[in-house]
Amino acid sequence: MMSPLRLLKNGILTENPTFVLVLGLCPTLAVTTSASNGFGMGLAAMAVLMGSNVMISMIRKFIPDEIRIPAFIVVIAGFVTIIQLLISAYAPALDKSLGIFIPLIVVNCIILARAEAFAFKNGVIDSLFDGIGMGLGFTLAMTFIGGIRELLGNGSIFNFSMIPSFYQPALLVILAPGGFITLGILIALFRNMQIRKEEESTGFKPDFDGWEKLDACEGCGLKKYCGGGGLSLPCAKEEKEGDA
Amino acid sequence: MSLLALFFGAIFVNNILLARFLGCCPFLGVSSRLETAKGMGIAVIFVTVMAATMTWLAYTFILVPLGLQYLYTLSFILIIAALVQFVEIVLKKVQPALYKSLGIFLPLITTNCAVLGVAVINMNEKYTFIESIVHAAGASAGFLLAIVLMAGIRERIEISQNMPKCLRGLPIALVTAGLMSIAFMGFSGLIK
Repeated sequence: MMSPLRLLKNGILTENPTFVLVLGLCPTLAVTTSASNGFGMGLAAMAVLMGSNVMISMIRKFIPDEIRIPAFIVVIAGFVTIIQLLISAYAPALDKSLGIFIPLIVVNCIILARAEAFAFKNGVIDSLFDGIGMGLGFTLAMTFIGGIRELLGNGSIFNFSMIPSFYQPALLVILAPGGFITLGILIALFRNMQIRKEEESTGFKPDFDGWEKLDACEGCGLKKYCGGGGLSLPCAKEEKEGDA
Repeated sequence: MSLLALFFGAIFVNNILLARFLGCCPFLGVSSRLETAKGMGIAVIFVTVMAATMTWLAYTFILVPLGLQYLYTLSFILIIAALVQFVEIVLKKVQPALYKSLGIFLPLITTNCAVLGVAVINMNEKYTFIESIVHAAGASAGFLLAIVLMAGIRERIEISQNMPKCLRGLPIALVTAGLMSIAFMGFSGLIK
């Protein structure tokens, strides 16, 4: 068994699903129009992730290898339906602002990727902590992006006005184009930080080409299933672990 | 006329990628070459229209009479997954040439949220059978348009050597998509 703290840190920092693995782009772009929307979406995904991770880890011995992907999808869809009903019953405002993106948690690559890469191979407790860690990483990233967009586009964070009234909020940031541009700039800043760090530790400029990484498997947790190119981050990681 | 408005509205005004953010992963991943982008777009049109048809039938004739509407997420994703497998097997047998060009994209489509998204939008908007199909065709044609435009732009910017390292790849692709999205906002007055 792995230490729970390490699993949590792994999800929040080392393998942050949004900034490092770049999984689940659609909800990341669409519902981060405000900090509270991002937070709500993150929590919903986290609940599904925890449930599906635990359930899949529990039944992993009974699932034949060939049909594991459909089995995962059924388990995930079941949990999504539960969460969807809970949200519409207890948080109707959130239900309205997240809208179509709650059922779409089913096809969120993070959840399928964690089922395939982690829960199917590890024990129940480990999988639970992996779910919590990944979910927290996703929630934090979503809240962070939502906060930035809300601050620039509406002058507030969590609906509290943060900026004096002379500032004219840039509405574009909370409209559709702002989502793409904000995330692009944030990922660029994050990569810049990573490249700097590597340069400092090794002493020379790392040979990094973002175009090579951006292939058909970008953001897909199913590369092994489809037999794709094998360049996407989570898949490459998995193979490396296998070799070691 | 309203069907025509629905079709063009789905392509330009509510573009599934640039306004609704559905199907971003293949949009950014499979847009490296114009040819593959075209193949992906056509495969998405094919699957989305078929999935919209099947999910509409299943929802109207199975889920509603049985009062099981809350199971739509589960049943839609299963229908789409089964449909993609089915299309793959049939294409392999009947049209090997077409399979060669489209086949590799089919597994990617199962997890493409555009397909499930269109099915859910059709249900939420209570579209009729014909409207559902027209909307699905329009939305997926919008996907084809956006991914082909993106691939065209990407072929150019990938050559650029002066770009800072941290911007290469995903970040600049996202910013480009944002600029395309601004351009598409200009269409918003086209159809009420």
